[in-house]
Amino acid sequence: MIAIKVCVGSSCHLKGSYAVIEEMKRVLKKYDVEDLVDLQASFCLGHCAKGVTVDCDGVEPAASGEQVERTEKGFILHSVNAENVEQLFATEIYPSLQLN
Amino acid sequence: MEQKLFDTNVQWTKYRVLREVIRRAYEGGLENAYTIPRAIAPGPKAETRCCIHKERAVLMDRVHMAMGGNKENPNVIEVLYEACDECPAGGMIVTDVCRGCLMHSCKEVCPKGAITIVDHRCTIDKTKCIECGKCAQACPYSAIIAQKRPCIKSCKVKAISINDEDKAEIDNSKCISCGACVVSCPFGAISDKSLVLDIIKMLKESENNTRYKVYAVIAPAIVSQCRFGRATQVVTAIRKLGFHQVVEAAIGADITLYNEAREFKEKMEESENPVMTTSCCPAFVRFVENNFPELKDAISNSVSPMVMAASLIKHSDPTARVVFIGPCAAKKFEYTLEKTHGMIDSVMSFEELQAFVDARGIDTTQCEDSTLDNASYYGRIFAKSGGIAQGVAYVAGKMGVDGVKPVAMNGIDQCRQHLMLLRAKKATANFFEGMACDGGCVGGPLSITRSPKNVFDVDKYGNEAKEKDIDGSVRLYKMTMKEDE
Repeated sequence: MIAIKVCVGSSCHLKGSYAVIEEMKRVLKKYDVEDLVDLQASFCLGHCAKGVTVDCDGVEPAASGEQVERTEKGFILHSVNAENVEQLFATEIYPSLQLN
Repeated sequence: MEQKLFDTNVQWTKYRVLREVIRRAYEGGLENAYTIPRAIAPGPKAETRCCIHKERAVLMDRVHMAMGGNKENPNVIEVLYEACDECPAGGMIVTDVCRGCLMHSCKEVCPKGAITIVDHRCTIDKTKCIECGKCAQACPYSAIIAQKRPCIKSCKVKAISINDEDKAEIDNSKCISCGACVVSCPFGAISDKSLVLDIIKMLKESENNTRYKVYAVIAPAIVSQCRFGRATQVVTAIRKLGFHQVVEAAIGADITLYNEAREFKEKMEESENPVMTTSCCPAFVRFVENNFPELKDAISNSVSPMVMAASLIKHSDPTARVVFIGPCAAKKFEYTLEKTHGMIDSVMSFEELQAFVDARGIDTTQCEDSTLDNASYYGRIFAKSGGIAQGVAYVAGKMGVDGVKPVAMNGIDQCRQHLMLLRAKKATANFFEGMACDGGCVGGPLSITRSPKNVFDVDKYGNEAKEKDIDGSVRLYKMTMKEDE
């Protein structure tokens, strides 16, 4: 189980956190990984200028693309929006999920 | 900072004491708090009291309140012994203006027959007078005045009396901690206890939000308080104080609305005549518990927006600490109640926030703007009387619930009127929005300013919200609480 936290602090909220959350829910369902991912919200991940930010806890970034910033326990995705959620999920998160 | 930024001189004095206490909490010198009165009133002449020594003794009382007040007293509102000026309380008094006229309407309106005309002058029999004030209203010369203590007059639940020493005394079993007396005492002799030193300790021990994060949940009434810069600048200032992030209490209000509408729907399914009151104003809730115990079950089970906002934060960040910042005195006890489950760690007033910001040398007007946008239009207008009534009618309507008849009870007098009707089964409404302060939270006792224009600021702020509806907040809530949609 990994935790994906979408920032819903003021700044990210204005940039469309809620749309990111809805799209993420759709993507998790589409890839059938709802049981492997705990989708949560967070009131400010501390990267207000680079929103919307998404914290992926307990997982390694698969491709470590431009929007990835490593953290102690995982990574943070920057500049996420409803349009790029699926692509970021598919390249960075999905391959690293322990699928049987 | 100048005095004119506050409504009254009482606030200004309270502010100066708070600012000095906070300054010393950071820069040292709090162990010598007894030197604060001298620093604020250097003398040699006294400004308001009989002598400089009395003035400093009063200031010492204020220092005590700024540092937390009497820990033995569970009430967040206390009388400052030295400050209470033992105001005269002679009741109805006939002044020299009385002309002993032929009409003597004073005598005619007196319901107790307490007035006689002796030697061409109105005379009131104090043993019969009930101080209803009708004679004062009736006199065409305004010759009769009511000499009451402002604190006693302001207290709508009759919790204040005069003790053996002629000082004001608060009956804790009656007091609802609304703070009306704090606002009304012209000597500033009744005050709220400050928790600001606890908050400073919490911020310091967070080690710049590394050991745990400290969040500020801010009441929507903040928008009417910004004489010192825009609300968005105040948000930056709060972060400069060491808070990790500022979240609108109004996002909790969105969810409170949803929960109240849902609860009302359930009540409608269970009963033909559902009745519900709001639960977000802690002074109102205590008012109902004390004075209308038979209506206790009608109080909504929803937690207040403050608690709900904190609950969202703590679900996403379990080690978080949350400080509520608002205009309310009663929130200072609400957060300690069992039903809030420790969601709020402390409470700071707008007055204290101003003192804090200034004590730390932060110029709000020079701060850059931060965004503040979590809640919807409806959550934001909770701050004004009528806001919840408007919101719940809308949300219930969307849920397909017909028959919500809301009424906004503005201030304790109106609350009492409507609840008496409800008790007598004569009420036409079935959803009762109760707010202890006149005008709602925008009229809160610990505001920097209480101006009639505050309500326009709240309306404007409501309209500026990105979310026009509560749906986004509710989805967030359901996701956070793992509730099925």
